Amino acid sequence: MMKQEIRFSGFGGQGIILMGHILGKAGVLDGKDVTLTKSYGPEARGGACSTDIIISNSRINYPQVRNPDVLISMSQSALDTYLPTLDDDGILIIDTGLVETERESIGLPATKIAEEEIGLRMVANIVMLGYFAAKTGYVGKDAMKDAIESLVPSGTEEKNINAFEIGYRWGKK
Amino acid sequence: MEPGVHFMDGNTACAEGAIAAGCTFFAGYPITPASEILERIANRFPEIHGSYLQMEDELASITAILGASWAGRKAMTATSGPGFSLMMENYGLGLMTETPCVIANVMRGGPSTGLPTKVAQGDVMQTRWGTHGDVGVIVLVPSSPQEMFDLTIEAFNMSEKYRLPVIVLSDEMVSHMTEKVEIPPKEELNIIDRKKPKDPPSEFLPFCPDEDLVPPMANAGEGYSVHVTGLTHDEEGHPSVDEKTQNRLVTRLIDKIRKNADDILKYDEYKTDDADMIIVAYGSVYRAATEAVDMARDQGYKVGLLRPITIWPFPEERIYDLARNGTKTFLVAEINFGQIVFEVERCTAGSAKTYLAPKMGGSIHTPEEIMERIVAINQEKIPDFKE
Repeated sequence: MMKQEIRFSGFGGQGIILMGHILGKAGVLDGKDVTLTKSYGPEARGGACSTDIIISNSRINYPQVRNPDVLISMSQSALDTYLPTLDDDGILIIDTGLVETERESIGLPATKIAEEEIGLRMVANIVMLGYFAAKTGYVGKDAMKDAIESLVPSGTEEKNINAFEIGYRWGKK
Repeated sequence: MEPGVHFMDGNTACAEGAIAAGCTFFAGYPITPASEILERIANRFPEIHGSYLQMEDELASITAILGASWAGRKAMTATSGPGFSLMMENYGLGLMTETPCVIANVMRGGPSTGLPTKVAQGDVMQTRWGTHGDVGVIVLVPSSPQEMFDLTIEAFNMSEKYRLPVIVLSDEMVSHMTEKVEIPPKEELNIIDRKKPKDPPSEFLPFCPDEDLVPPMANAGEGYSVHVTGLTHDEEGHPSVDEKTQNRLVTRLIDKIRKNADDILKYDEYKTDDADMIIVAYGSVYRAATEAVDMARDQGYKVGLLRPITIWPFPEERIYDLARNGTKTFLVAEINFGQIVFEVERCTAGSAKTYLAPKMGGSIHTPEEIMERIVAINQEKIPDFKE
């Protein structure tokens, strides 16, 4: 891996920004250079929101993501907004329970899994992160779990790690 | 903050840099995109017994930190364009009274309330000339969260060493991006504290400089009688509104920076050795410019990069030397319609052509935009800056 650009997208409240922070911190724990940027202001509340991550083995200069190598979409409006930015050869990962697209994509019903298997809809983002980690291998599994443990609210670590493992298993299927 | 590798946004790193430098007093008024500095300080100060005051406005904020500094604290405020404009009067008071403190100004799109959530570099000349009168200033421009940490410490060090308010001039992109920040162990940090008086209180002249043109500073409550005024003052600190005192004091305030510029000045160069053209860029745009240099080199253009880290004092002699020794063209990329470009043009003294890659507030230049400018200049498709 030389340099990868990733865009997480969804609607406000799904924990999209947290997904970026977890992946970013995991990348740093793995010894990589990471730059995270996010949209600010009214556009970041509700509607379609996004977090951009660049992970690289060498120093990152230009800090912005324009045409991501991977686009993760957790909502239909986010997909509609950001799909045009995805690189032609890029990977599209969707929550298949919430998002429909005609473009070639991979994914899992992350929100449904979170509700049915964890009993907690709000860990859908972590389920998705597990799937992403398994599919891309950009960052080591241990670093991802360490980052989750340090960034989720205390007391919810176990549920979040469980969510990550479930998503990871889906990714390895 | 425990030493080691962290994943931190620029504003948080700025606050941590301040704490590492010994800052224990902060007064401010929240404003996008600087608010995270205040939030972090407010959260962290109880742990270190620091004093955080949320003030009624930015005038009060800067005045409070000047007072705290005279009480012996390392003090700081943080703001953005609209608040920075309000601080200009007492920024001058701090310069005139030689009060060590740090102001972080996170640039957003202007004029006026402008673009609160988006990047710009429109305050560069304001840091130099925004307050009235003749002043010598120190302004540091970070380009990453790591530098927000490092240069905030440097700003405190320079403020203590040369006794003046020092500005950390960030921008929205640098302040809001999150990257790896390495925090060294405390014992590895170089921390400078203000010089204290050697003379007994009866003989102490509070504005009598040492050889480095900086007077030692007696804090309130240390037994020294100190009068502090924004009026032109003599070495005793008393108002003396005559031409001779003015000449002596203001000359020293400017020489204090000018004659110590070798110690203060910081800049980086990239591939300048054989460069026909040198891009000058600072802050977040420097990162796009670095990539543009690589693109240009790949296409056979001999392009280099000069990046001021202290925008004031400016690396004027270096630009003069480069212009005299083979650099034919300077291209200044900045998120405004031309501020530092005037400075570069002045420093070339007619020995090179100077061009501008302007950008309106909202986003940083893309490497491609800078590259297009490089190509256009080489094909003589755009007029040089003077035309």
